[in-house]
This record gives sequence, C-alpha cells and structure tokens, in this order.
Amino acid sequence: MSVMVDIRSVHKSFGSLEVLKGIDLAVRAGEVTVILGPSGSGKSTLLRTINHLEKVDRGAISVDGALVGYRRSGDKLYELPEREVLRQRTRIGFVFQNFNLFPHLTVLDNVVEAPVSALKRPRKEAVEAAKRLLDRVGLADKADAYPKQLSGGQQQRVAIARALALEPRLLLFDEPTSALDPELVGEVLDVIKDLAHQGTTMIVVTHEIGFAREVADTVVFMDDGRIVEQGPPGDVLDDPRHERTRAFLSKVL
Amino acid sequence: MSSDTLAKAPAAPEIPENADSLRIVPRRRLGTWTAAVAVLVLLGLAVNSVLRNQAFQWDVVADYFTSDAVLRGLWLTLWLTAVVMTLGFALGALLAAGRLSANPVLRSVSWGYVWLFRSIPILVQLLLWFNIGALYPQILGVKTVDLLGPVTVAIIGLTLHEAAYAAEVVRGGILSVDRGQIEAAQALGLSRWRRWWRIVLPQAMRAIVPPAGNMLIGTLKGTSIVSVIAVQDLLYSVQLVYHRTYQVIPLLMVATVWYTVVTSVLGVGQYYVEKHYARGSERTR
Repeated sequence: MSVMVDIRSVHKSFGSLEVLKGIDLAVRAGEVTVILGPSGSGKSTLLRTINHLEKVDRGAISVDGALVGYRRSGDKLYELPEREVLRQRTRIGFVFQNFNLFPHLTVLDNVVEAPVSALKRPRKEAVEAAKRLLDRVGLADKADAYPKQLSGGQQQRVAIARALALEPRLLLFDEPTSALDPELVGEVLDVIKDLAHQGTTMIVVTHEIGFAREVADTVVFMDDGRIVEQGPPGDVLDDPRHERTRAFLSKVL
Repeated sequence: MSSDTLAKAPAAPEIPENADSLRIVPRRRLGTWTAAVAVLVLLGLAVNSVLRNQAFQWDVVADYFTSDAVLRGLWLTLWLTAVVMTLGFALGALLAAGRLSANPVLRSVSWGYVWLFRSIPILVQLLLWFNIGALYPQILGVKTVDLLGPVTVAIIGLTLHEAAYAAEVVRGGILSVDRGQIEAAQALGLSRWRRWWRIVLPQAMRAIVPPAGNMLIGTLKGTSIVSVIAVQDLLYSVQLVYHRTYQVIPLLMVATVWYTVVTSVLGVGQYYVEKHYARGSERTR
C-alpha cells in the first residue's frame, strides 16, 4: 500500500528544550497508527507538526505526496504562504483533546463552518452532508444545540463530525478521550473504531491501551523525543523489546 | 455494614424517627431589613428636601427641558457620542490587532500610540488641537482655522483619546478567547479573516461589551468637556441660557436629568447586547 504520511528526521525545540530529537515514521494509507508514551515524550507535538500547527526546526513531513508547510527547491525548504498551508490542512482532519468546538455556534454550524468557508461548498449541500455526519456519530437530534449543552462525549463526537466534514485524507487524534469522564470514553472510541474499520487513515495519540490493541495496525512507543520502538500491537504491547516500553506498559496496564 | 442493618440502626439523637416531616426555616435576614429601612428613610429625606427647596425652581426646569436650544444641544451630544464611539472603536480594534500581531513594527506602533494618547489629558489634547493653527497655519494650502472648526476638533480629539482606551478593551477581549479556538479554526483551514470575524471576535465580545458599555456612558458624559472649545453640546447649551438668565441651578438640573435619562436607556440596551453575545454560554438557555 502507498505511504500516506512520511516523517523524516523531524526535530523540534521549544526554547532550549528539545521535544523531538529526530523522528522517522511512515504511515501507510488505510492504516491506523497509535502513538503511546509518557507525558512530555513529544507525541502531541509530533502530531501537531503533521498539519503544521507546529513548525519543524529540521527534517520534513509529507502527507499524500506533498510536503507539509514547505516547498522544496534544491536543498532549501521555503515556507509556504498561509493560504497554501490552510488549503493543505483542509485535507487533514484534527481532533483535539479539549474538543475546541466553537461555543457560540450551534452543533450544525460547527460542522458546516469549514466546508462552506474553506472549501466554498454551497451552504445547502454542506448542511445536508453535516446532518448525515451527525447521524453517523449518533447525534442527529442535537443539530440545533449549543456545544455547552452536550456531554463531553457528545462534544467530542461533534468534533469528529466537524473534522470529517472536510472529507480529509488523513485524521489526527490528539488524546481524544483524555478530557472525558470514564463512562463517556467508550462512545467516542466506538466512533473512532468505526472509522478505522472503514479504512480511514489515522494517527491516534492516546493512553487507551485496549483501544490500541484492538484497532491499531502499528503501535509506536515514544519516550523523550524519540521513537523507542514500533510494530504490530501484538509485538509492542505483549512482547516489548525495550526496557522503557516495558516500564511504561507496566504502569498503565 | 449492609443497608439492612444500617436502616435498622437507631437514628442520631437529634434526628427523630419521622425525619421526613421536619420543616426547614430559613435564617432571618435582619441586616437586610435594617438596611432597607435606613435607605428608605434617607431617600425620603433627600426627595423631600429636593422637592421643597424652592431654589431648584422645578417650574423653570420644566420650561427649558424640551426647549429648542436644549434639544439641539442634546442632539449634538448624542451624535457626537455615536461618532466618537464608532470611530474610536474602529481605530481601537485596528490598534488591538496591531498589538497582538506577529509583526514587531505594528506591535511597537500600536503600543506607542496607546502610551501617548493615554498620557495626555483629554482637556489638554482638545486645547492643543484647537490651537493647532499656531503650529501649522496652513494645511494643504487651506487655512487651518477654516479646516478645523470646533466640532471637527472635538471629533478628532475625542476619537484619538477614545481609541487608546478602546484598543485595550478590545485587546483584553481577544486575550480572553481560548487559544484552542484559534488552533481549531486553523486546523479547519479557515482564513485569517474568517477566523477573526467568525470565531474570535464574537467570543471576545462577551468580554468587550461590559467595559465598552462603561466607555459609552463615560463618553456620553465626557463629551461635555467640548464646551471649553465652544461646541454647543447639551452642557454648553444650558450654560448659554443661564449666562443670560442667571437660573444656574434649574438649568444644570435640565442637563443632569437628560444625561441620566440617556444613560439609563443605554444601560437597558447594554443588557440586551450582553444577552445576545452570551448565547451558547450556559448549559440551559
């Protein structure tokens, strides 16, 4: 299968703190990659570099065959104008830990906003598509509610519908269930699993080991800005080769 | 202990068997009642003295309250306030955007503007603009005194002053919007313009409206300062009358009552504007 995301020797520092110390990772189209690791290991930062919410200091990332955020000419990478970056982002869905729904817009308007204003779809068409998506995440009856009127799990499902509305080639999830009450985690994971079974390419940063075991094609374990090991869930979760992976798993399992 | 044995256990001594039938009596609010009586008495005394003191000359107040001169002054005060608020906030929003921009030149210019115009008292500024002809007798070949009449000077001076404060109010509102909102909009590919108008500003308005309402009322009353450069606002209009008739107090009462009326109407308006921008902010509407 073709490579959807290609990450090559990516480095990133915040001030004097180096959070990504040379990351290489390939994600094939149609596969689910789950990134695990202790907090501060750089996994969220890595995810954010993939849609250029964070700029890399060194290295390069390509999504679906195109460099993200830059244009290469010889051995130089020129930063793209914001308009181009925004266009690239419409093909990459991003789901945040804290949902980040727009609180002043109804659920329907949250989902319709990007297709209408970024993709210039006719509003009527976008509304129909949004209603189908809300139905798919089980929230068809909440279209006219405001986000604050929903539970955390419902809000995150709206956020997933909002990301799907752009019909992205790739979905990125940044700890999608970490802000939820325990009894609400299941409903969000079910929606993500459903997407995985339909062959959506996705990268999921999470602490849910059970989810990784069930859904991931590849599990990546990160620590201290580096990928420690990666492989099928059976290998990494049940028979980790590195001491640090073992130590982490023994704490979260 | 199972719930069975717990239910059978004797209740604590203070709780009778029939706890269901106990009636709850709220605490008496003695302080509230005392304060209410005291305030009513003081208010009564004040109203009584105002009504019985002949020097207020309420009949004169009534005579002038809707006189042409006073209404013309009121009208000038109202539109001057509207113009100054609109221009001031438009310029203030630009300055706030400059202060928060990634461009260091814009940041410095905006900072410098706010620093300068907050430092100069509005009265000093008005007098300076009024006498600008002394510095620049001609502007683009036109005599400065002809170009900048008192009303123009009032608009320029008040607007520049207002913008410096409006910039800080708008900046505070923008800073109150969660950073995640901007990131979500960027991740969805929304243009800078769309992020600003559709996502950030409507949410910032919740924090902007209360201090902006304060500023509007402050500006309404603050415009009375233009009477020093002979602009015929509400205050200057009543001054013109009492300089002629010496009925100082009743005419000041005319201005006082009008300012109070307009301020009250604006307060009601603010309530509805706040309600509008609060949508989606509570669990239940």
